[in-house]
Amino acid sequence: MTYSFSLTVNGATRAVEIEDPRVTLLDLLRERLALTGTKKGCDRGQCGACTVLVDGRRVNACLILAVTLDGAEIETIEGVADGNRPHPVQEAFIAHDGFQCGFCTPGQIMSAIGLLREGETGEDRERIREGMSGNLCRCAAYAGITEAVAAAQRALAAGDRRRA
Amino acid sequence: MPDTPLTGPGHVRLGSNSGQPLTRRDGFLKVTGAATFAADNRPAGLLHAVHAISTIARGRVRSLDVAAARAHPGVVEVITPANRPPLARDQDDKPTMFSWRVETLQDDRVRYAGQPIALVIAETLEAATEGAHLLAPGYAPEPARIGFEDGEAFEAETVGIGSPAAFVRGEVEAGLAGATVRVEFRVETPTQYHNAMEPHAIVAAWDGDRVTIDSPNQAIAMGQAAFAGFLGIPPENVTLRSPFIGGGFGSKAILSGPHVLAALAARMVGRPVKLVFRRDQMVGPVGHRGATRQRLRLGMDRDGHLTALDHEAVVMTSAFDDFLEPAANASQNIYATPALATRHGGVRVDLGTPGPMRAPGEASGSAALECAVDEAAVACGIDPLEFRLRNYAETDPATGRPYSSKALRECYAQGAERFGWAGRPLAPRRMRDGAGRLIGWGMGSALFPAPMFRAEARAVLRADGTALVETSAVDMGQGAWTALAQIAADGLGLPVERIEFRAGHSDHPDGGVAGGSGHTATAGSALFGAGADAVARLAELATGHPDSPLFGAGNAGVEARLGRLVHREDPGRHESYADILARAGIAELAGQAVGARDPAHARDRAMFSHGAVFAEVQVDPDLCQIRVSRLVGAFAAGRIINPHLARSQLNGGMIWGLSFALHEEALHDPRTGRSMNADLAGYHVPVNADVPSVEALLVHEDDPYVNPLGVKGVGEIGITGTVGAIANAVWHATGTRPRRFPIRIRDLLEA
Ligand code: FES
Ligand code: FES
Repeated sequence: MTYSFSLTVNGATRAVEIEDPRVTLLDLLRERLALTGTKKGCDRGQCGACTVLVDGRRVNACLILAVTLDGAEIETIEGVADGNRPHPVQEAFIAHDGFQCGFCTPGQIMSAIGLLREGETGEDRERIREGMSGNLCRCAAYAGITEAVAAAQRALAAGDRRRA
Repeated sequence: MPDTPLTGPGHVRLGSNSGQPLTRRDGFLKVTGAATFAADNRPAGLLHAVHAISTIARGRVRSLDVAAARAHPGVVEVITPANRPPLARDQDDKPTMFSWRVETLQDDRVRYAGQPIALVIAETLEAATEGAHLLAPGYAPEPARIGFEDGEAFEAETVGIGSPAAFVRGEVEAGLAGATVRVEFRVETPTQYHNAMEPHAIVAAWDGDRVTIDSPNQAIAMGQAAFAGFLGIPPENVTLRSPFIGGGFGSKAILSGPHVLAALAARMVGRPVKLVFRRDQMVGPVGHRGATRQRLRLGMDRDGHLTALDHEAVVMTSAFDDFLEPAANASQNIYATPALATRHGGVRVDLGTPGPMRAPGEASGSAALECAVDEAAVACGIDPLEFRLRNYAETDPATGRPYSSKALRECYAQGAERFGWAGRPLAPRRMRDGAGRLIGWGMGSALFPAPMFRAEARAVLRADGTALVETSAVDMGQGAWTALAQIAADGLGLPVERIEFRAGHSDHPDGGVAGGSGHTATAGSALFGAGADAVARLAELATGHPDSPLFGAGNAGVEARLGRLVHREDPGRHESYADILARAGIAELAGQAVGARDPAHARDRAMFSHGAVFAEVQVDPDLCQIRVSRLVGAFAAGRIINPHLARSQLNGGMIWGLSFALHEEALHDPRTGRSMNADLAGYHVPVNADVPSVEALLVHEDDPYVNPLGVKGVGEIGITGTVGAIANAVWHATGTRPRRFPIRIRDLLEA
C-alpha cells in the first residue's frame, strides 16, 4: 500500500508518496526529500535536534508520522536564510558563537525562531533559557545561544519599529 | 572538504589572524543546515543498516530468527556470525596503543548488554529497523557482574593510554605520620557516556577494491589505517571523510564493531550502506568514562603546608579489555608536597570497554582531589584559596622539573577578583539569599597537560597571491576550521581571507588526533611550519634574483607581511608573492612541515595549562534542590589563537563540570546488567535553564617552550576545576561534604 499526501515545505508544495506509514516527518525530510539540515539526535523527542515549525509551531519532527501531515506547512532550517543573507537569528548565532560542533544548531535556530514568534520572552535571559530548554547542546554553547536569541529579539524588534 | 565554500556572508572579520576573535569560518554552513555531517550523505543506491543489540549482559546468543527478518519486505541481507564475511584482522588484536577489542559478530558470545549481535540491511530505515526487531534473539544467559562489589578486582599495570598505574616520590607514610593535621577523603564517581549530539554514523560506498567512508572521526589517518586493516586493503584505498563532527569528546577516535560491519556489509551487498547508531545503541560499543572509587590522604603541618599527598583510585573496565581511567594521576602535578603517591586498581564488569572521555582521568581525579583539598583547608582553618596558595607548586611535584610556564597565581587572583571571593565566611551555612536559600561559594584548581602529538601539513603559494593549506585535522566543535586557518595564515604571512584551508579528509597530510587538548598545538605547528617553509623557498627565489628589490638580502634578511616579502632593515624594499612567482615562472610553490615538540623541551619542562574555577550554588534548605547560580573560571593556556572560540570551549568544559557534579550518571540494573537510562530523558545533561551564568577569563601567558607558537590547549581543562568547585560550594552552603557524584538531593536530605 502506498500513502499519498502533500505538504508545503519552505513554501514549496511537495507531493509525497510513501510505502510505509512508519515514516516520521524527520525521516521524510532527511531520507526522502533530501533536506538533511534537520538533525536526528535521539529519535524520541528528547533532544530537540529535529525541531522544525509545523503550521508555525515548534515541534520535534521525530515524533510526528509524516502521513498525518497532509496539507501542513513545514518550515525547516533550509528555508530560513534569504539566499546568501542569513536570518537575524542565524546572524546572531554566528556573532555570539551560539554553537560549537553545529549539530544541534538547526534545531536551536528553528526553536529560537518559534520562540521569538511566540513573543513571550522579550530579552529576558531567564525566560529565553527556559524557552530554549527543549534543545540540548552537548557542546554546551548555552551562554552564546542565550545571548544570540536576545540579540535576535533586539534586531527583529528594531526591524519591526522601522517598518511601523 | 565541504563542497560549499566555508566562508559565507555571515562570517564577520574582526581583525586578522592569530589572536583575533574571528567568528567561525564554518559558521554560515552550520546555521543554514548546509554543513554535511556523515549521516547526511546519501549516495545513489543507498541501503540502510540497523544492528540488533544484546539484551543480556553475559552469555551466548542461542537463536536468531533470521528467516523472519529476511521475509520482511525491503530487507536485503541479514548478517550474523553464521555468514559474516572474514575480516583481515582479528578483532582482538591490538596493533596500536589506540586499538580497542571490538565486536564484529566473530562468535555467539555476549560480553555486555547493548553489544551488536546481528546487522540487518534493507532498502529503507524503517524496514531495517523492523527486520532487526524480528530477529527476536534467544539467549543462554549467565549472571551479570555490574558494580564494584560484583566485579572482579585485578592489579592494574597501566592506566589511560600506557601510563604506569602507580607512582611514588618521597615517603608518604612518614609524611602523614609527621603531619599536624590529617585528612582522609573518599568519593565515588559514576559511569558516564559521551552522548555527543551527533550519533555515531557511517556511510560506506565501494568502488572495486576502494571504499569511501563518511564517518565522524577524530583521528583521520589512524581511522583510515584501522579500516584498511580490518578490510584487508591498503590504507590508500580507504577514503575517510570527516569534515564536521557533531561532538566527539573522545568517543569518535576509535572504531567500533558496527563501523567495521557497515563497511563490510556494503562490500557484501555491492551497494552503499548507511548505519546510524540509535541513542541507546551507544551504550556499550563506543566507550564511556569508567566509574571510580577514590581515596585521598593528605597531611599538613601547622601552617597548612602539605607533608604528604596520597591518591588511590579503583576504576572499572570491561571483562575483556583494559582502559583504566587514570584518575589518581590528577594529583601528580599541582600541589607542592615532599611526599606524593598515586596508584590504581582495576575491577572488571560486564559493560563495554571504557575509553577516553573529555579529560579522561583528570575529570574524575581532580573532582576528588579538589574536594579533598577543600576538606584539608577546612581542617586547617584556612581559606581554600589561601590554602592553595600556600601549597603552590613552583616546580612540578612529580618530576621536579620547572614548568614551561605557569600563570596559575594570576588565574587565582583574576578569578577571585571577578567572582568576589574576598570576604567569604570560612564556616558553612553562613549565607542566604533573599528567598531564604542557602548560598555557598567554592573553588577548585584546574590543570590539564599541554601535550603535542605529531601532525603533517602542506602549504602551497599560488600565482594569484592566495594559498592552499592542507592537513587532515578535524573540527568537532572546537573551531579547527577557524583557528587552524588563522595559524596557517600567519605561517604564510597572508591575511586569512586569502587562505583556502582544507581539512577533515584522508587525502590530506596526516593531521594527527583531535584529542588530548593537543590538536591546535600540533596541527597548528605543522601548518605554521609548512607556511614558513613555503615562504623560505619563496625568499630564496627573490633574494637570489638580481631583478628582485630583495636581491642579496639573504633568507634571514626578509620577512613575510600580508602577501609581500619585506627587507628587514630597509622596509622600502619589498616584493609581492605573486610577482616573485611570476618572474620565476612558477605557478605553485609548496612547503611542508611536521608539527611535533622539541624533544629537549619535552624532557626538561613540565607542560600544563592551569586555571581556577569559582562557583556559587543555591540550595533550598528544605527540599535541598541544588542550583549553580554562577561559575567563573580563569584559565592560562599559553597563546590563545582565537579568544572568541577559546571562551566557548572553556565555557563548554565548565558546563561539563557542572554536569559531572550535578547531573550525569549511567545506571545499570544490577540483576540484568542492562542500562536503565540509555536515552537523553534518563541520562541527564544540563539544558539551557540549568546554566544561569558562566564566564571564562583568559589569563595572559607566554610560553617559549611548548612550541614556537606558544599554544597549549583549552578543550578539556574547563571540567577539571569545576566539579570540585561546585561540590565545595555545596559544602559551604550546607555543611555536608558530598561523597559521590552526581551530588543528589538525597545526599543532602539524609545528612
Ligand atoms: S531527534 Fe527529535 S527530539 Fe531528538
Ligand atoms: S553545538 Fe554541538 S551540540 Fe550544540
